[in-house]
Amino acid sequence: MQKMRVRNHQVVLNRSKGGDAGIFIFLAIMGVFMFLPMVYVVMQSLKPLDELWMFPPRFYVVNPTFKNFSDLFTLLSDSWVPFSRYIFNTVFITAAGTFGNLLFSSLAAYAVSKIPFPGRKGVFWIIQRSLMFTSTVTAIANFLTLSTLGLMDNPFTLIIPAWGSSMGLYLMKQFMDSSISDSVLESARLDGCSEFKTFWVIAMPMVKPAWLTLIIYSFQGLWNTGASAYIYSEQLKTLNYAIGQITAGGIARAGASAAGTVIMMLVPILVFVISQSNIIETMASSGMKD
Amino acid sequence: MANSNENLQNTAENINTADEAIHDDGILESPKKTKKKAVARKDMTMFQWTIHEMKRHKIAYLMIAPFMFVFILFTVFPVVLSLVLSFTNFNMLEFKWDMFIGIKNYTRLFFEDDIFLLACKNTLVFAAITGPVSYILSFLVAWFINELSPRIRAIVTLVFYAPSISGSVYLIWGTLFSNDGQGWVNGTLMKLNIIDAPILWFYDEKYAMTLCIVVALWMSLGTAFLSFIAGLQTVDKSLFEAAAVDGIKNRWQELWFITLPMMRPQLMFGAVMSITGAFGFGGVVTALCGFPSVNYSCHTIMHCLEDYGSQRWEVGYASAIAFVLFLVMMGANVLVNKMLSKVGQ
Repeated sequence: MQKMRVRNHQVVLNRSKGGDAGIFIFLAIMGVFMFLPMVYVVMQSLKPLDELWMFPPRFYVVNPTFKNFSDLFTLLSDSWVPFSRYIFNTVFITAAGTFGNLLFSSLAAYAVSKIPFPGRKGVFWIIQRSLMFTSTVTAIANFLTLSTLGLMDNPFTLIIPAWGSSMGLYLMKQFMDSSISDSVLESARLDGCSEFKTFWVIAMPMVKPAWLTLIIYSFQGLWNTGASAYIYSEQLKTLNYAIGQITAGGIARAGASAAGTVIMMLVPILVFVISQSNIIETMASSGMKD
Repeated sequence: MANSNENLQNTAENINTADEAIHDDGILESPKKTKKKAVARKDMTMFQWTIHEMKRHKIAYLMIAPFMFVFILFTVFPVVLSLVLSFTNFNMLEFKWDMFIGIKNYTRLFFEDDIFLLACKNTLVFAAITGPVSYILSFLVAWFINELSPRIRAIVTLVFYAPSISGSVYLIWGTLFSNDGQGWVNGTLMKLNIIDAPILWFYDEKYAMTLCIVVALWMSLGTAFLSFIAGLQTVDKSLFEAAAVDGIKNRWQELWFITLPMMRPQLMFGAVMSITGAFGFGGVVTALCGFPSVNYSCHTIMHCLEDYGSQRWEVGYASAIAFVLFLVMMGANVLVNKMLSKVGQ
């Protein structure tokens, strides 16, 4: 027990002052590196035209204006698809995809976690393995599948695959393993609860943090959906795609494009801020055991 | 009743482990319980027992059915389909089905396609740097902020996590490192007279790869990071006191002998997330460097896939690429899992 110090009225073991200082410096440098680009987007979005065109470019804004944000709506007004339509598409895809994913995943997670049916280990094994590769691998085959099913150029090409996303199921199953005791479910079953009712009335309220986490994961993925090879009608394209189009408009639209990016990033960040403690709670049981 | 039910469940769970099964049978054999349960495990063959259990839990299959249907259709089946198609020369444009051409696609990939080999090299360099660095960074930051007060920790978490969830905000790197004098980095460097002409950054072979790696690292404190933060909070604090008595001298020893072994499940999960992230980084490169990147300096396997899959429509060949990518990711995961099992030993 050599190095014992007191910090915040608590005894702290094995912590040297030099180490604390080093860590603080490391975190500060890293924090600046992470945070500055984010700040710069916000700055860009608030700059009036003359500041965007300044040479040499200035990092911060002097006369902030919200004109870039209002420009977003007018810029695309000569396009026959109104800007609000892109917003609607993104919101619809996000909501429908997330809802289906939540419903399917939580049902399956409950069965895999709490019902000892033959084959459940195999099911979970495959789901764990599916976390190990990205959707790039499946993109081409999925294109063939979706076109065979006749789902091309339909928002459901983006929605339905999201229902089978395994990340949410994995997190929820792990959370159920650690937070629902079998005896509670057993007594519900003995009282004559059907398995579905046990799931809905007993299990689901106990795993609220997990479904919030699942919603956020699904939400982030779908919210950022950009141009997709599956959708070619302009009126079905997403918000991220529309902002990409504005950015592609070149340097003259730098302000509006930054404004669009700010809107796109604010929503997931807000959602995360609201649900952070729930996500962390879920993540505590995210570990893999084999 | 409840007791015997539990026994049955245990039996079902341990159906594959002979020792356990015998033990459970022993319990079931006690006269009281065999009376109550008409069927016991020992009266049946393994097959009959499985069928019996499947019937008993048929509702479970109903519950996993919707998810599994979509999951198999869009995640499992594509991998199988890629493998099958990779032995054909299926081409969407001509809709040509000469069917099986054996391993020709693979020999073409590894012996004739120089760009694919370059892409392999780039992908491996990219993954070998971003994967481990982002993993270690995620852990170190999570570990360092673990001792902060909860409120401050929440704010710091947000600062570090935000880039990875903010969608296309990485495009700002394109603005910062824009290839004309309007870019903030070029402008500043020129003002300070360090350079006299703008550097092309993302469009210059010399810098493109490095910059992409920096952007990748910037966005990489994601799921693994959160998992580490959460895992660190569950480590039993009293262990550290005990360890201090036992002669642990500094925080690094504490880390190696206590924290890391306690965190092994999260470390495994974080590794999977980091590896998937390191290999799945194609879209960002395309957005920042264009497609194809200058002189293929940032061409990765993902880009080859996009090139053949959705531009030339050589689906057979693209499927071979997809399957190679699949194998590479799986291989990396197996390798890292093996390494992690040695942590703290």
